[in-house]
Amino acid sequence: MSDYTATWANVYDVRPETEIPAESPLAWSYHNSGRPNVGTNSRAVLRERAMLGHLILRGGAIVLDDAVRQVLGLGLPARPNSLSQDDSGERSIQWLSPDEWLVIVPGGEEFALEKRLREALGGAHYAIVNVGGGQTLLELEGEMARELLMKSTPYDVHPDAFPVGKGVTTVFAKSSLILRRPTETRWELVVRRSFADYLYRWLLDAGAEYGIGVEG
Amino acid sequence: MFHIYCPYCEELREEEEFHPKGQAHIERPKDPEACSDEEWGDYLFFRDNPRGIHHELWVHAVGCRKFFNATRNTVTYEILETYKMGEQPTITAESLANREALGSVQVAGGGQQTVGASNASVASVKGVKA
Repeated sequence: MSDYTATWANVYDVRPETEIPAESPLAWSYHNSGRPNVGTNSRAVLRERAMLGHLILRGGAIVLDDAVRQVLGLGLPARPNSLSQDDSGERSIQWLSPDEWLVIVPGGEEFALEKRLREALGGAHYAIVNVGGGQTLLELEGEMARELLMKSTPYDVHPDAFPVGKGVTTVFAKSSLILRRPTETRWELVVRRSFADYLYRWLLDAGAEYGIGVEG
Repeated sequence: MFHIYCPYCEELREEEEFHPKGQAHIERPKDPEACSDEEWGDYLFFRDNPRGIHHELWVHAVGCRKFFNATRNTVTYEILETYKMGEQPTITAESLANREALGSVQVAGGGQQTVGASNASVASVKGVKA
């Protein structure tokens, strides 16, 4: 084993100041599979929140919690499968594993946040990875949203088993995603770029009987 | 539906989310250079294949992606307990055999022969971890 310790990290802004075209992982899917309109008979509604800032934090819970409270004013969820959000609901931290958390902030904030977290963490043993380019967030609402999820995942999405403020990584439509419930009526699906088209088409197909519509 | 308790997620999850990774508690020889070929070969290639209680390594592949240990009865496929890495099992073939020896469990004669534990004793520790 080498006793070499990395004392710096190569951190760069993935959003350059010059305007360059950027597309969500679903851009091709919208073009190819279309977007059904939301109508009065739509009992499930899908909405993509593209280009948000996604960061993965890894390290010890106590050290990270201090830094995150200082920088975001938001505690690190310590309980397994839990989700904490700020008052606006715009910024959230989700428990992914005992030493791993997913932070989602409005697009454009993630680089500044990463730099401030690195300053706050100093010489601690940790890792921060910007995964915004690798995944996208879908919101699912409507009276039949839960029915749609029940068709897609073996995870129990009954309110008793899946209260507001819970989030899990689980099997979904033979693929996997992060499923979370930030509010009483809204579900969030964090999907990987490589699975985004498949899952989008799955959701359209599974939601067809509920008149699923796609907003945005 | 077959559920496995993940000791890190602290809940029962669908079996689809897990992968088995073979025998648990295999220790790498402290000084490989000093090993005989036989010791090194045993470490690398030879695994137990008991009929009865087996301690296994599993990974919660779709989920927290952590490895953990499971104690499983290879006869009934029943998972008796799961525990975190670095911990020791509370249920072993010996502990079950001791229970039988103490007469706390009725053992039917002429039943299946398992390593250290009969099905009756296995049944008696069911539900130790929900």
